[in-house]
Amino acid sequence: MKLKEKLITSFFELENEGMLDLDSNIHKIRSKAFADFENKGFPTKNDENWKYTSLKSILNNDYTVFPNNETVLELKDVKKYFIHEIDSYKLVFIDGVYSSFLSDTTHERMDICLMSSALKNTKYKIIIDHYFNTIANRSGSITSLNTAFSRQGAYIHIPKNTIVPKPIQIIHFSTKNEKELLLQPRNLIIVDENSHVQIIERHQSLSDAIVLTNSVTEIFANKRAIVDYYKIQNDTENASLIDQTFIQQKKHSNVSVNTFSFGGKLTRNHLEFHQEGERIDSNLNGITIIGNKQLVDNHTAVFHKYPNCESHELYKGIYADASTGVFNGKVIVRKEAQKTNAFQQNNTILIGKKATINAKPQLEIFADDVKCSHGCTIGQLDEAALFYMQQRGIPKKEAQGLLLYAFSNAVVEKIKIPELKSRITKLIAMKLDVNYCL
Amino acid sequence: MNKYTEDDLKKELETQEYEYGFYSELDAETFPKGLNENIIRAISKKKKEPEWMTKWRLDAFKIWQEMNEPEWANVHYKKPNFQEISYYSAPKQKTKLNSLDDVDAELLAMYKKLGISINEQKRMNNVAMDIVVDSVSVATTFKETLAKKGILFMPISEAIQKHPKLVKKYLGTIVPQKDNFYAALNAAVFTDGSFCYIPKGVKCPMELSTYFRINEGGTGQFERTLLIADKGSYVSYLEGCTAPSRDENQLHAAVVELIALDDAEIKYSTVQNWYPGNAEGKGGVFNFVTKRALCEKNAKVSWTQVETGSAITWKYPSCILKGDNSVGEFYSIAVTNNFQQADTGTKMIHLGKNTKSTIISKGVSAGKSQNSYRGLVQIGARAENARNFSQCDSLLMGNDCGAHTFPYIECKNKTAQIEHEATTSKIGEDQLFYCNQRGIDTEKAIALIVNGFSKEVLNKLPMEFAVEARKLLEISLEGSVG
Repeated sequence: MKLKEKLITSFFELENEGMLDLDSNIHKIRSKAFADFENKGFPTKNDENWKYTSLKSILNNDYTVFPNNETVLELKDVKKYFIHEIDSYKLVFIDGVYSSFLSDTTHERMDICLMSSALKNTKYKIIIDHYFNTIANRSGSITSLNTAFSRQGAYIHIPKNTIVPKPIQIIHFSTKNEKELLLQPRNLIIVDENSHVQIIERHQSLSDAIVLTNSVTEIFANKRAIVDYYKIQNDTENASLIDQTFIQQKKHSNVSVNTFSFGGKLTRNHLEFHQEGERIDSNLNGITIIGNKQLVDNHTAVFHKYPNCESHELYKGIYADASTGVFNGKVIVRKEAQKTNAFQQNNTILIGKKATINAKPQLEIFADDVKCSHGCTIGQLDEAALFYMQQRGIPKKEAQGLLLYAFSNAVVEKIKIPELKSRITKLIAMKLDVNYCL
Repeated sequence: MNKYTEDDLKKELETQEYEYGFYSELDAETFPKGLNENIIRAISKKKKEPEWMTKWRLDAFKIWQEMNEPEWANVHYKKPNFQEISYYSAPKQKTKLNSLDDVDAELLAMYKKLGISINEQKRMNNVAMDIVVDSVSVATTFKETLAKKGILFMPISEAIQKHPKLVKKYLGTIVPQKDNFYAALNAAVFTDGSFCYIPKGVKCPMELSTYFRINEGGTGQFERTLLIADKGSYVSYLEGCTAPSRDENQLHAAVVELIALDDAEIKYSTVQNWYPGNAEGKGGVFNFVTKRALCEKNAKVSWTQVETGSAITWKYPSCILKGDNSVGEFYSIAVTNNFQQADTGTKMIHLGKNTKSTIISKGVSAGKSQNSYRGLVQIGARAENARNFSQCDSLLMGNDCGAHTFPYIECKNKTAQIEHEATTSKIGEDQLFYCNQRGIDTEKAIALIVNGFSKEVLNKLPMEFAVEARKLLEISLEGSVG
């Protein structure tokens, strides 16, 4: 059975089994999104946004849509996937099912809990109705698919004037060996005035099974809120991820999203910033280091709609073997958005003989008093620098690693959690095969 | 001292009219409107074309009928009705022209208005010229001087008759009939254009030039240029265009094919000044052009273009760098004002080893215009040590215009080195202040800054054109700074 048909029957199954509150607003949104997906289907290469990334290879599997009962994991087995050096709130999902044993949630002064329980509790209804799917609804059919099936994920609401004392980790494990698995987590994050939160998100497959994760996250940063979001993507070669993050910012807010893509069969990151106020700062950073036949596709868009805002984008990529990279960075400056500063930089090094990069940095500017620029380079390591290091007794391979490490360091420097920074540094060193003293 | 304010400048600009918008009463022969196989046969017959050519056109027509108009470009317009266009219009000539003195006096007067005096040209400038009015080439100068060197420079209709082998060998090899919607249309109905062949090792002693003019109303201009530079030769080629001011939209769909064989060099410059429509966005020429060059080993092709006219510009002069060590260059300034829309750029396809390409694109938008750069740099898997440098700068004047860049970079070889840079800005108040401080008034300061902004491209133009281009820029840009 084709995946699309399977999803269609699954949706009706979901409705008939009484697992959902069919009269709620949320379900209206689901039905509408479902109709959208049913109408459009999966995107193909004819779609400009999917020109360089074909989903064919991952859609031909017979995915299990509904996760089974909870699988129990021992903390010691999965500890290494957490940033365990620091205390943190945790939201852990195993094959899409919440694991209360591994998690650490709270309702004290703030809500860091589950989407499913928030959906059930009438206390949250007003907030959910106000925010849910308000910025993700303009995106493509894949987002609609997630919306149609949205039941589980993280629900985070930080009220006014709150600094969340420790970072929040959201981790999705998949364990099933025997079956292909489709996961569709949906996260809703609301950060109110003057509040500050740091979030680390990770998708991890613990087996060699084929997994496809179609994740959607909506982040609302209200006045003067500060949000630091980190995505670690270092999965097995059978795991694919389509990650879509939508951010709405109100005035004076500052949101950074840092994406570290180190592995997975196919990784698609769709990142969209909507600026809804003045003096907003949006930051987009990313490092991609992949090899073999992996593919990482970074699609970013920043919509500048108000004056005096800034956006800073820095993406670095190192592609080995026969890996493929895609970068599409859109910056749209509306007529009203005078005095915008928008900078975008995308640097790529191809080290694999069969590696490919497709880049499309795109500026669309309708306001005249702006400073916008984008830079895009594709190149190799500096021969002279390599030679210099070899001359001083550093073997070529190591010299290469060091130079690549230095290349990616500009992004690492932007990580604000020291423990995470050293973790990422280690990961990069491992990927590049350098003995960097840590 | 009267203070020259920016408002004055703005007013001056708005009242600045299209200089070449006159219409000359020429006795012309025009085909009925519409497009079908009979019209194509009639064009072919009119041109006394051999059978293979007629067939080639009809094939193209068949392909065209199955194609849809492209919609991906960042331009919005009412699609032309292809049955409402007359596909052939020629100034009537009683006998064949032998020398320039025989040229219709009306025609000569028109050229005088355009600033090209053919007579003067004969003595003064070292430029050989082919002039195309509406659909037909009307005069070619310097034919004999060129013939001595073995250079063929003539209307393509004449070449089809006189040098069918050459034309048959190369026509449609770079831009095939099925390439795109407008290329297919052009292949079916093209009525004239220039043909040029530079023999082996010959350095063309003068600039070759074609001047295009749409004169009749309700006609479309479809010219086709084929330029072949044989091994080790060199040629510099210029192209200029104007049209009368009309309320309707006129269609111009041209195809240019350049072939640079081993070690050859072609420099192709365009000053495009079709009628851009009036200040309300009414009328103007739709310019849908396909230009492409093929570079063999060590060959070099350089496109330089100054785009100031047309209501809609849709144009991507490209280089296929097939041979090793070949070089492609693209220098462009596109200026849009009022309701003009331009979607222009280039494609550099690197196939050979050690191929190099440079792209310098400058966009200036004023009024309510939209200016887009759309480019592709593609490095094939076998293109070792390919090198590309791209720079796209946009200058915005006023708050109703837009500047867009859509650069595509596709790299399949790890030895490639690609740099792309783009910036968007306006003329800074501090820049103007700096000039004012030094006694340069605002008007001159703007001219100075814009000139500096576009200098990299203007410098690439041959002398004769550089002056004209600079003048055009000044007309289009002065005082649009708000």
